[in-house]
Amino acid sequence: MRNAWIIAKRDLGSFFNSPIFYVVTTVFLIIYSFIFFNILNFFSFQSLQAGQLQAMGMNLGLNEMVIEPSLQNMSVILLMIIPIITMRSFADEKKTKTFRLLLSSPVPLREIVFGKFLACMIVVTVMILISSYSIGFLFLLGEPELGPIVTGYLGVLLMAGCYVSVGVFASSLTDNQIVAAILTFGFSLFMWVIGWAAQAAGPTTGQVLQFLSVVDHLDRFLKGMVDTSDLVYYLSFILLSLFLCHRVLDSNRWR
Amino acid sequence: MIEVENLTKYYGPRKAINNLTFQIAQGEVVGFLGPNGAGKSTTMNILSCILPASSGTARIKGYDTFEHSIELRKIIGYLPETPPLYPDMSVRDYLMFAAQIRGLTGKQTGSAVEAVIEKCSLKNVSHRIIGRLSKGYQQRVGLAQAMVHDPDILILDEPTIGLDPIQIIEIRKLIQQLASSHTIILSSHILPEITQICQRVIIINEGEIAAVDSLEGLTASLRKSERLSLTVRNANDDIEKKLNSINQVLSVLPGEKNQFLIECALNSNLQDEFARLALDNQWGLVEIKPLSMTLEDVFLKLTIEEKDVEA
Repeated sequence: MRNAWIIAKRDLGSFFNSPIFYVVTTVFLIIYSFIFFNILNFFSFQSLQAGQLQAMGMNLGLNEMVIEPSLQNMSVILLMIIPIITMRSFADEKKTKTFRLLLSSPVPLREIVFGKFLACMIVVTVMILISSYSIGFLFLLGEPELGPIVTGYLGVLLMAGCYVSVGVFASSLTDNQIVAAILTFGFSLFMWVIGWAAQAAGPTTGQVLQFLSVVDHLDRFLKGMVDTSDLVYYLSFILLSLFLCHRVLDSNRWR
Repeated sequence: MIEVENLTKYYGPRKAINNLTFQIAQGEVVGFLGPNGAGKSTTMNILSCILPASSGTARIKGYDTFEHSIELRKIIGYLPETPPLYPDMSVRDYLMFAAQIRGLTGKQTGSAVEAVIEKCSLKNVSHRIIGRLSKGYQQRVGLAQAMVHDPDILILDEPTIGLDPIQIIEIRKLIQQLASSHTIILSSHILPEITQICQRVIIINEGEIAAVDSLEGLTASLRKSERLSLTVRNANDDIEKKLNSINQVLSVLPGEKNQFLIECALNSNLQDEFARLALDNQWGLVEIKPLSMTLEDVFLKLTIEEKDVEA
């Protein structure tokens, strides 16, 4: 895995030297902060009527009312932002013909693929970590539960991992970055909404579709639960996408 | 050292190379010569372990380029036609990266990069961003990445393409220096390049080998006549007629500035005859010079004659 890290380090240098990272991170933080503070504002408004709500049997908590919806919204923003981060992975290498340097080096293809995935994943993690200032802000205001925050962030990271792996795979299909970004967004969105068809489908198919939905697995993480099936789903999703990426790149050499 | 047997590669239904067979010995400098699209780059890609062949085998030091590709890549340095450069990196960072992915570690990496910077005369630009360098320097950086791990074999695909004449001379000099310690395979469609650098030529045309030999060998095997150049001061219409009247002269072609290209039968030794004729007729003899067959002649003869035979 030494080679994967060398490749990831090079890509990270390229990310942090280019304006794309700073523009994307700024846009991500502005949109996320806007949503977060709106949710917080709504929470404050609701808190004023807390007595009334408690009388109605409703429970007000920072975790349920602020953190959970904020992370849910963050996962939607990531759906739109991640394709811009991953689109360069292989498409740019192929376009500028630098991929030949990697192919002529004594590095197995799987390490190249993992290196590309790792670089994008680190960039996304940095963005998510910066956005966690909001949680620090909440700790200043109140006493949110730490457990669901940790599992929530783990869920968001795993979900982001799925988008990143799809992005790296899409980038291996073309040498056009825009095409790669559109494919990533389209497929990720499809995996988001696939569960919507569950109601219309039969009971068994419905269950399968529900299980395939990326967002369904996130819900339990946000509620503080770490279910093995959710972990297996996300990790399998990531591994399958990276495997497909590997196969595409390998088959390119034969064609 | 390199053994290629019946190597064939298809891109979809198109056959890029067909049944190539040749050997290259250790320390040899061999030129792949052929027009664009002849199959030179495909052959080089297979030898660099980037592409698998559709059929046939390519072995380097006894190892198959497909089955043992990871091991072989450690001893091969490859410069593709377009140098694989990251324009946003500095020369030094890029070479460090190239060295690391070639398996160099720790202090080894730093000293290898310093050595290759020195060898390729990149010291002045080592901190500059690659994207802002001239084409000549970029080509040098491309060559440096191919050499950074001190490979036994260098595969250089059109290393001087797109360079200005001064840059071409510089790169050629560099390759000539490397020739003493490496096995080099060089492709080009610029013929003088091959003549100057390579000991042996493999001429590829339409995916097939048209000839494999030293330049002298190719010239000798194809030569059916010899050529002379005659230059005089006072040219007139009579000269061509009089030269043609000599028995063993096959043809006379007027060239530039009172020069005549004369094709004679092999071993006819007509220089004395031409000199006498020039003096007798007061043509004002300037020079009589035997012309050797150029690689252009060899190449055209091989590729065009083949087509004629096929037709």
